[in-house]
Amino acid sequence: MSLTDDRAALDQWYTLGALQDFPAGAEVPSRLLGEDLTVRRLTDDVEVRAAGRALPVRTDYGHLWTSFGTPERDLFELPESREPDRRWIHCGPVRVRASGLRLVENFLDLAHFPYVHTDILGSEAHPEVARYEVEQRRDVDELWATKCEFYQPKAAAASDEGQISKYMYRVVSPFNVMLYKTPPTAPDRWDVIALFVQPADEAVSVAHAFMLVIDLTSTDAELSAFQQMIFVQDKIVLENQRPSLLPLQPGRETPTRADLSSVLYRRWLKEKQLRFGTEPRTDLQSTDLPHA
Amino acid sequence: MPKLYDYVLSGSCYKVRLLLSLLGIAYETQAVDFFPGREHKRPEFLALNPLGQLPVFEDAGLVLRDAQAILCHLANTYDASGQWLPRDVRFGSVMMWLSFAGGELMAISGARMIAMLNYAGDLAALQAKARAALRLLDDHLADRAQAGGLWLVGATPTIADIAMFPYVALSHDAGIGHEDYPAINLWQRQVRKLPGFVGMPGVPDYF
Ligand SMILES: N[C@@H](CCC(=O)N[C@@H](CS)C(=O)NCC(=O)O)C(=O)O
Ligand SMILES: [Fe+2]
Repeated sequence: MSLTDDRAALDQWYTLGALQDFPAGAEVPSRLLGEDLTVRRLTDDVEVRAAGRALPVRTDYGHLWTSFGTPERDLFELPESREPDRRWIHCGPVRVRASGLRLVENFLDLAHFPYVHTDILGSEAHPEVARYEVEQRRDVDELWATKCEFYQPKAAAASDEGQISKYMYRVVSPFNVMLYKTPPTAPDRWDVIALFVQPADEAVSVAHAFMLVIDLTSTDAELSAFQQMIFVQDKIVLENQRPSLLPLQPGRETPTRADLSSVLYRRWLKEKQLRFGTEPRTDLQSTDLPHA
Repeated sequence: MPKLYDYVLSGSCYKVRLLLSLLGIAYETQAVDFFPGREHKRPEFLALNPLGQLPVFEDAGLVLRDAQAILCHLANTYDASGQWLPRDVRFGSVMMWLSFAGGELMAISGARMIAMLNYAGDLAALQAKARAALRLLDDHLADRAQAGGLWLVGATPTIADIAMFPYVALSHDAGIGHEDYPAINLWQRQVRKLPGFVGMPGVPDYF
């Protein structure tokens, strides 16, 4: 496979990992959108090259970001990254054999908590997802789901009892998503848990989970282990999902899991004419196809 | 209270967690930031285990490394029935399969770290070794099933089954499916049914 020609996918920012994963001096191979890359960290600068060409680089939020194209906007805003009492936890890259869009969609889905994260993020006795609100914020081109609530037996590493967690979800680009949820020890604030997906190939992704949390008691190891445990429970489900590419063709997938946010997310992807990580469509006129 | 230095995604730590749970032993854990932090290679951890590996188990002043050794210690200390580590003619066979679980079968562990956590290494070579180990195990379990046996050795589960289960069950993470190993699948179902069985992330709920 080689670099995609999907304009909508090319013109985005992608993370290649936490900056700390790129030791100074070393040349680290990576992969994005079907193309091999090399990352070289010089003392202060980071260089990302693909096929002999230097790519643009950003180093916001402790991560290395790059793009093959010309993103319409700069990176998303993350005001919580400026709050001094937050713990920054990088959970490390995990490779998943599934489309990155599947990862994002799964991240947005509350309904799977009782079945996939049983007795942790949900309990089979409380499977109902209460109604929540979704909106497309056109000024920033982000999707938001707000006023979500869910009963969780163990909402976070520091939980010692069940709680009703409040959630907000925020999709900042097709492959980058984050959620805000109630910290067990600071109910008036929001923990931030981000999932930055590096789409290596159409059906192979590297997930970079990153947290900015309020927690005075847990160790870094406990915080990261909790998130990794949750994510690897998702991984096994994601890798068994068929098709592994996200179907955008109407009627292709019965929307059993397709709740409000998933419907909005898929609509937004179609609006962008994103193809990388989606199942090829047969319902479009060939003139509509960016390439036939 | 006994203490397990633990990493939630470690199959070797899971061997110990599984037997602790089957035997109903209370214990505490200390989370080690194995990935991405590589805490097991830092001086404080190397003082506990100079090999820089998980698991490490502390019990009444003993500091033990190596999952298989820890399973032996647990069975020896806490299993009054003697079932999990039989001291009769079965002993040698239990040791033989324990050694295989901590040896040849660990190719799955190596392949899994490459496939899942982006470690450097030769994935195809490790997958080939892992498949060879699974083939041998499947053949043994098929012979056992022919003779009416459900377990690796003798008529009851032993620590050999417990040491074997984690990486067999986690092989998907290493890019190896279970389709070619019918006898292994039958045996996995038996392990899952044990009273006190616990899973871990990545261990499928179905067989
Ligand atoms: N012989 C040891 C090996 C365990 C092992 O490979 N542990 C892994 C984690 S699952 C580890 O610590 N690897 C680090 C290393 O080998 O450097 C055992 O069976 O307990
Ligand atoms: Fe999940």
